[in-house]
Amino acid sequence: MTAQATTDAPRPEVGRSRTRKEDARLVTGRTTWTDNITTPGLLYLAILRSPMAPARIDRIDVAPALERPGVIAALTGRDLADELGPMPCVWPVTEDIVMPDHPAVAVDEVRYAGEPVAVVVARGRYAAADALEAVEVDYTPLPPVLGLEAALADDAPLVHAGKGTNRCYTWPLDTGNYAAQKARADVVLRRRYTQQRLIPNAMEPRAVVATPPTASNEYTLYSATQVPHVARVILSMVTGIPEQRLRVIAPDVGGGFGSKLQVYGEEAVALALARKLGRPVKWTESRSEGYQATHHGRGQIQDIEIAATKDGEILGLSVDLLADMGAYLMLITPGIPLLGAFMYPGIYKMNAYTFRCTGVFTTKTPTDAYRGAGRPEATFAIERTMDELAAELGLDPIELRRRNWIRHEEFPYTSIAGLTYDSGNYEAATDRALALFGYDGLRAEQRERRARHDPVRLGIGISTFTEMCGLAPSRVLRDLRYAAGGWEAATIRMLPTGKVEVTTGTSPHGQGHATCWSQIAADVLGVPFDDIEVVHGDTRAVPQGMDTYGSRSLVVGGLAVHHAALKVVAKARRVAAHLLEANEADLEFTAGTFSVRGSPEATKTIQDVAYATFSSHDLPDGMEPTINAGHLVDPDNFSYPHGTHLCAIEVDTETGRARIRSYVCVDDIGKVINPMIVQGQIHGGLAQGIAQALYEEAVYDTEGNLVSGTMADYLVPAAPDLPDFVTDRTETPATSNALGVKGVGEAGTIASTPAVVNAVVDALRPLGVRDVAMPCTPQRIWQAVTDARAKGART
Amino acid sequence: MTRFSTTVDGTRYEDEVEPRLLLVHYLRDHLGLTGTPVGCDTGNCGACTVELDGDSVKSCSVLAVQADGGEVTTVQGLATDGEWTALQTAFHEQHALQCGYCTPGMIMAARDLLKENPDPTPEEIRRGLEGNLCRCTGYQNIVRAVLAAAAEERRREAPAPRSADTGRPDTRPAPAPATAGQEART
Repeated sequence: MTAQATTDAPRPEVGRSRTRKEDARLVTGRTTWTDNITTPGLLYLAILRSPMAPARIDRIDVAPALERPGVIAALTGRDLADELGPMPCVWPVTEDIVMPDHPAVAVDEVRYAGEPVAVVVARGRYAAADALEAVEVDYTPLPPVLGLEAALADDAPLVHAGKGTNRCYTWPLDTGNYAAQKARADVVLRRRYTQQRLIPNAMEPRAVVATPPTASNEYTLYSATQVPHVARVILSMVTGIPEQRLRVIAPDVGGGFGSKLQVYGEEAVALALARKLGRPVKWTESRSEGYQATHHGRGQIQDIEIAATKDGEILGLSVDLLADMGAYLMLITPGIPLLGAFMYPGIYKMNAYTFRCTGVFTTKTPTDAYRGAGRPEATFAIERTMDELAAELGLDPIELRRRNWIRHEEFPYTSIAGLTYDSGNYEAATDRALALFGYDGLRAEQRERRARHDPVRLGIGISTFTEMCGLAPSRVLRDLRYAAGGWEAATIRMLPTGKVEVTTGTSPHGQGHATCWSQIAADVLGVPFDDIEVVHGDTRAVPQGMDTYGSRSLVVGGLAVHHAALKVVAKARRVAAHLLEANEADLEFTAGTFSVRGSPEATKTIQDVAYATFSSHDLPDGMEPTINAGHLVDPDNFSYPHGTHLCAIEVDTETGRARIRSYVCVDDIGKVINPMIVQGQIHGGLAQGIAQALYEEAVYDTEGNLVSGTMADYLVPAAPDLPDFVTDRTETPATSNALGVKGVGEAGTIASTPAVVNAVVDALRPLGVRDVAMPCTPQRIWQAVTDARAKGART
Repeated sequence: MTRFSTTVDGTRYEDEVEPRLLLVHYLRDHLGLTGTPVGCDTGNCGACTVELDGDSVKSCSVLAVQADGGEVTTVQGLATDGEWTALQTAFHEQHALQCGYCTPGMIMAARDLLKENPDPTPEEIRRGLEGNLCRCTGYQNIVRAVLAAAAEERRREAPAPRSADTGRPDTRPAPAPATAGQEART
């Protein structure tokens, strides 16, 4: 608020840490998770999955399952092939991309452990699970395809024999003349980094309830999904249910992190069975089932080369990427690395950039979006490389970054990859982070501990990142060959009683949209925060939407709410002017009240106008009797949040244990709607990024079995595994949207992984360690130290 | 089938169930008490934590019939006459939940922790909640919420300004609500 604000002006909602409207049902257990939904005649679906990969199905017999008590139906992939088309991929990134058939349930051949081979429907949860054991399947194992480089060898076994290759696509991006820049460089540094496979682990496992037409003529699918609108389109195509007769509802959804940005075969199967049996069908995955059946994230090998002068000026960057698609292409599998392709140059200026990504099929669970989706991988590679270059040149890693980053007065700035960053202030965020962190003091302590050969070394890691989010301008998506647009929709209904209904095409699963969208609408409409209800996640109630992923909800969907509210006020102004017998131009609108300039006693509230419009007794001639309004936003540009993250880590060189001592991040996401929610998003993002650095990995054995196949084997960090974070913000408003906001959902995950690994390597660099593969487990750290000592590096 | 009776959130039930039926499925599928969710199948995530005869248990790792003659409290039984417990309020005020799927178990586990240790340090809270996983919050606000609830419960128990049980002044402030703006604080 400004100093001139009077007591009459209400405190703006935007910028306040409103506690969440969502919480009441969540803290009292009155939620509607999909698995809570029950309906008369409900049947339970269970899915038999391949215990090996890959394999030929020599024989499959579901008849014995039908003998089991309570079993209603049992079907093979072949039985279902008559009911369902293949599961589509909507991002064919190149013209010559190899797109294999992807049946919801396998026919004749399985290509990853966990692929569905048969389904059973029974009267109860346990009966369905029991009956799976009765299905008889004979398999002949086929050779697995596991390593990305091995998969591309001429004599490699093929994941899809009919395709003749394991190469899915190669996608290039080339700007400037990298060879020429390399030729004039004083230093050329080449590094290889591996992004391990990760399992997203939303706390709510996937679940589906499909109901056949009953009271109305439509099918209803309840699904634990991030994308009810996208799912409706895709499932209509896969099942043949006409789109206008398919309603998709995402009720309370317990996290997603990209894993529910997907349209899964189980959703199609449940609908097909509801149609076939005329009964509602529920399927809920177990956690261990989900580890194989819900898509994975990351899974890349990155060869990165940087060319620089001896003063540390970056001349050019070259990146050659292998990306693990897994056994099939899911909804947007091939596009994930492309979301990173533009981000390898990060916040730095350079003269040339060359990028190439090759997608590779393997006999593993398919990959797709996981929080950050392409951008964490890119940020990791460039930020690790910057620390390596600083060490090579004997420069402080902060100083090296200062010499290369885009200065705040240079915005808007078109990066070498062709993105136009609208705004940013890397200097301010970095200065603030260094001060909060106590950078100089920690460096002094590090020198002192190195000097006395302390077995517990202190490491300091830096990550200065930006990312592209707020997906996405539709024309850019066209150029990237994505099948849909990137707009988002909102409508506002002014109800006769003066209350307000906001519908949004975003589909929250923990983000707090109901709270934040209420704050946005309350300020524009001048109505109380508590008078607003936000409706989402139901294709009947919200006819248009593109759903929630890619840190898009606020910068596209929240903006649509803002603009729809402005339209409501514009329509209401016309009605108010008519009622007050004044010119529209003479009306002021403050805190929900229209008044005539110069005669302050003549007023109409927006609630008065809402009722007057409902009655329609006295509207301007020819006016459509509504002040409701909708708005769709197709963004002009991506959103470019940035920040500086600093990690201090203590590494015990004798045990290999790494313990984060302090973590400071200063993020700049422009204007903020709700600081409390923003901080929560950052905290959670940091936890997931740190988890990649230190704890998590989907591990396969040499036969293609997922050995980290349960939550007991895959280390999702618990409270003692994570530190307290110090978070702060600088505020450089976005210039690409009217709210000045930038995306925040993925920022913490994108920035934190390289900060932590840089800290680990920084701790051990005097011992001769140059890299530790993720996750940096005690065993790997100890091995890296032991190997370096064996090479005789001086300590 | 095995006949058994148990009291859940103050209501006594008599049922015949399969001996293998898990307590969590009894609560959810038989009683319709769906406030207690299932997050894993290995006893790791803690989302299904309830109280059984005074101790917190993971209800996916207990058979329903083991609750025979026992008393079960779930997250749905915490509020009295619509009034939330200090923990429920603190989780809301400290923004200790996002998707909220882990929240019922987290609150039940925290409740057990505070019964054992009414005045825990942040470190003790982190260790005490080790068996409950959250994927959204990074745990920091959960720790703050438990601290806030502990302070509130001590305030309710002990007349200010002197704590009755320890005799020392109970002057440590509860964490400010998340709404107070908490940038740049640990």
